[in-house]
Amino acid sequence: MSVAMSTALQEAAEGFAARYQRLAPRLPGPAGARRRAAAIFRARGLPDTHDEAFRFTSLRPLAGVTFAGPALADGPAVTDEVMRALLARAPATEGPRLVFANGRLQADWSRLPETFRVASFSAEPVFGGEEIAEDEPLVALNTMLAEDGAVISVPEGVDGGTLVLLSLGAGEAGRAADFHPRHRLELGAGARLALVEIALGEGVYLHNPVMEIGLGAGASLSHLRLQNESARAFHLARLHVTLAERALYDGYSLVCGARLARSEIHADIAGEGARLAVNVAQLLDGERHADITAVVRHMAPGCSSRQAVKNVITGHAQGVFQGKIAVARAAQKTDGYQMNQALLLSDEAQVNSKPELEIFADDVKCSHGATVGALDPEQLFYLRSRGVPEREARAMLVRAFLAEMLDGVPHEWGRAVLENAVDAWWRDRPL
Amino acid sequence: MVLLEIEGLRAEVEGKEILRGIDLRLPMGEVHAIMGPNGSGKSTLAYVLAGREGYTVTGGSARLAGEDLLAMEPEARAAAGVFLAFQYPVELPGVGNANFLRTALNAVRRARGEKEIDAVNFLKEARAALRRLSMADEMLKRNVNVGFSGGEKKRNEVFQMALLEPRLAILDETDSGLDIDALKIVAEGVNALRGPDFSALVITHYQRLLDHIVPDKVHVLSEGRIVRSGGPELAKALEASGYAGLAAEAA
Ligand SMILES: Nc1ncnc2c1ncn2[C@@H]1O[C@H](COP(=O)(O)OP(=O)(O)OP(=O)(O)O)[C@@H](O)[C@H]1O
Ligand SMILES: [Mg+2]
Repeated sequence: MSVAMSTALQEAAEGFAARYQRLAPRLPGPAGARRRAAAIFRARGLPDTHDEAFRFTSLRPLAGVTFAGPALADGPAVTDEVMRALLARAPATEGPRLVFANGRLQADWSRLPETFRVASFSAEPVFGGEEIAEDEPLVALNTMLAEDGAVISVPEGVDGGTLVLLSLGAGEAGRAADFHPRHRLELGAGARLALVEIALGEGVYLHNPVMEIGLGAGASLSHLRLQNESARAFHLARLHVTLAERALYDGYSLVCGARLARSEIHADIAGEGARLAVNVAQLLDGERHADITAVVRHMAPGCSSRQAVKNVITGHAQGVFQGKIAVARAAQKTDGYQMNQALLLSDEAQVNSKPELEIFADDVKCSHGATVGALDPEQLFYLRSRGVPEREARAMLVRAFLAEMLDGVPHEWGRAVLENAVDAWWRDRPL
Repeated sequence: MVLLEIEGLRAEVEGKEILRGIDLRLPMGEVHAIMGPNGSGKSTLAYVLAGREGYTVTGGSARLAGEDLLAMEPEARAAAGVFLAFQYPVELPGVGNANFLRTALNAVRRARGEKEIDAVNFLKEARAALRRLSMADEMLKRNVNVGFSGGEKKRNEVFQMALLEPRLAILDETDSGLDIDALKIVAEGVNALRGPDFSALVITHYQRLLDHIVPDKVHVLSEGRIVRSGGPELAKALEASGYAGLAAEAA
């Protein structure tokens, strides 16, 4: 692999590896896992487009940036002033929230929940088991350098209400921040939680979080995510969900920030009757590139999964959706669905779609599809003929394209957060 | 005063000339019917007046209360009081009817320098208008025209017209697809707006609409030109004898 890697990417990877070497004695948690990860990362480096999984997404823009790391390496800190400015941009909430700044939990700005436990990864540094795929270079990078994160557990039968996880990032062009938070969330049997993750920031930084989620029998998680990173930031996120029997994972993500984004969702549907939904909307403009890669593994019978991705792309931006449904022999009566839709608002806008079905059971229902289109001139004229100005008419039709996803958000506050982000995105664009 | 003055209007679609010199004067407060065979250019005229893209005006003019209508964007025409009830109303999946109407109403109000209407008052007005048109409130919750029957779509056009209060309504075959009761309701909706500040061009194939909306004048369009104009009796004569004789007369 490293032979094929571009030299620029290789240099960037060496920078991270060297940092680990320096920091190793001070990093929290099991040194063995870190060492293993470092060995993998050194061997694999940063994935290049020769890597099949990264065929449509080049990480080369990372190579041109000097990363100075997180606080432990005396990297760029988020000043109180920047902190306040970023918090002011975050949606207001009275309830429990965890605030991270450049990957570090900020106890002073956070409010802990009352009905369940939250700790910081720096205090309880435990990595997931084998299932977290340390042979993936970006996970290895995270494991190698993770300093902090949220460790959340909602006990059996408890309804944890809503928890906000706010990630703020800040860095400068000459001295960019990079942080690799490691989050873990466990819902006990029958437990419930709405987790609202919001990522935003300013300047240049790399946010490379890994989140491991375990859902117990009959547990139910609403997972809302707003990726609204700085327009010059890099966002490489990986989520790994394991579902026990009858568990429900109901995910809604809105991607509208970052210069380069890749969000991977890996789900192991391990218990009978579990359900998983991954709904994503990506709003891309300028030179942005955003990739959603979902791998859903059905391992138990009678489960359903749904991946629905909607892309709104303008300027020279590029959207990518790679979606895989893998059905093991044991997973009879699987109901799998996958759909990638794109609305291209400019001639240069681009979308790449790679659906994959890998089915070993014989009694399953799996479907996938993709559509690409532009705004309908008839619809546009209809709206304008009723007095709606062109810009507003376009916004209405884009909003309509996203309706299925936004209207489905079961959490009222979270839905408003996503809707406001869509409105704001549109307001800020000259179109 | 003349509200709409069309002079020598020529327009083409995809290089094909459809309107070949239309002259028409619609005074304030009057309702004129436009009839004519299929493909004669009635909808094209309506679209050109409403400002639809893809129709190239190659000559002539259209003025609304003295202003150059053809130079205006479609939304500006709406703000100036033009309303086109589409022959084929467009479906907008994902757009709620209430939201659509309030957005339109407020856009028009803003452009006219009037105050915007809040959600509560909008609902009040909308419900009252629905009642007058014997339409169910449930209509407001549905997506614009999605899954509407042909007749419901046409009624939805008239409902929009009632809320937007245009001074120039262009009704393009709003009667086609309506049952007898709906036809009456739609006609009443139009008649309710009639007055010194309201004018309309009513495009239709049938006398039965004109029994309810009695026009001040009837024009016959054929091959992109108005070949005949007259009083309400012209429509009745056409119903009896068809367009065949007219074409010969015009030639
Ligand atoms: N987009 C288009 N491309 C090509 N030809 C067009 C287009 N739009 C209209 N035409 C042609 O222009 C002519 C006039 O069409 P128009 O729809 O104005 O007729 P009409 O009088 O409204 O007919 P009807 O009574 O059937 O509604 C027809 O021959 C039609 O085929
Ligand atoms: Mg027509």
